[in-house]
Amino acid sequence: MTKQERVENMQRLSGTDVRKCMKCGKCSGRCPAFKEMDIKPHQFVSMLERGKIDELLACDAIWNCLSCMACVERCPRGVAPAAVVEAVRDTVVRMQGKNGITAEEIPPIVDEFIPQQLLVSAYRKYNK
Amino acid sequence: MKISYYPGCTLKTKAKELDVTARLCAKALGVEMEEIENWQCCGAVYPMGTDEIATKLSAVRALDYAKHHGGKLLTLCSACHNVIKRTNEDMKSNEDMQFRANNYMKLDEPYKGETEVLHYLEMLKNVIGFDVIKKAVVKPLNRKIGAYYGCLLLRPSGVMAFDNPENPTIIEDFIRAIGGTPVTYPFRNECCGAYVSLKNSELPKQKSRKVLMSAKEKGAEEVITACPLCLYNLQANGDGILPVKYFTELLAEALGVEQ
Repeated sequence: MTKQERVENMQRLSGTDVRKCMKCGKCSGRCPAFKEMDIKPHQFVSMLERGKIDELLACDAIWNCLSCMACVERCPRGVAPAAVVEAVRDTVVRMQGKNGITAEEIPPIVDEFIPQQLLVSAYRKYNK
Repeated sequence: MKISYYPGCTLKTKAKELDVTARLCAKALGVEMEEIENWQCCGAVYPMGTDEIATKLSAVRALDYAKHHGGKLLTLCSACHNVIKRTNEDMKSNEDMQFRANNYMKLDEPYKGETEVLHYLEMLKNVIGFDVIKKAVVKPLNRKIGAYYGCLLLRPSGVMAFDNPENPTIIEDFIRAIGGTPVTYPFRNECCGAYVSLKNSELPKQKSRKVLMSAKEKGAEEVITACPLCLYNLQANGDGILPVKYFTELLAEALGVEQ
């Protein structure tokens, strides 16, 4: 698969039109995980538009995005930065050996109050 | 009046009190919540990838069941509500998803998003009415209560259509109906830290503390939520800044419903 095809695949997977971004930065301004994002929400959008997917696939921000949809809510152009983050995370997690969390890691961090909802959602986001 | 009800995994386990109090209160207010048959976990997060089909099928199955059982599907957990409502929108407006899901499920009649997804709070407001609830209250709560919306009920607002995403009022109106004084605070629609708890526990710690500090600064004596994960994050990371409860627990208290 050519680089261009990989870029187009990721754009399609995100389901959002990154070309509509007008670079106002409101998404990153609203992001509650901003400090923890080594690539900021607005950068996800512009980097996917420019085809810089290898840099995106190597970032840590995909593990800290909360999928809270605040960036999507504030975008004046109807772009969904969170969906770009998810497309990158999906692409990474679907690779062999690239799960963000494994079954073995979970028992030691589970306490008696953890709701099933947390285990299921984290596993959905971080594991294939 | 009967309504099809989707409880979800956590309401059968760690958040039993949310399920139990909601059912008892609904009954006291004249609504019978009929648990749908053979429901499966919704997956807890809405998969945004455009090629995600199988991960949304449990929601489609529940929606199709409700279509044939009254046409409405009642949810209570914020996460279930978010996943089911967004999946329903896909089945209504996304031809690719509609085609592929129906192709897989082979229902007698294709499902095309006909079911109305209703959150318990929306039922209280639009089906029962806050004025009716106010009259049914036997023990007005008379306390300062902070509504915690979090993310899942409100966003993305285009699909959720739950309330104004930046300045919601439904839970404040609910608090007034049960005789409490709502406390409006800036962080009530901020994220608690969600599922990142399992990956980077520091982030939910900061987020949850900020929410509770914000509510306390504005004078809240307790905070209420509809989400088991929000409740967990706020309690686990809040160092007891404020008590956190399910909104249905307060409703039960105000209605004098014995658990």
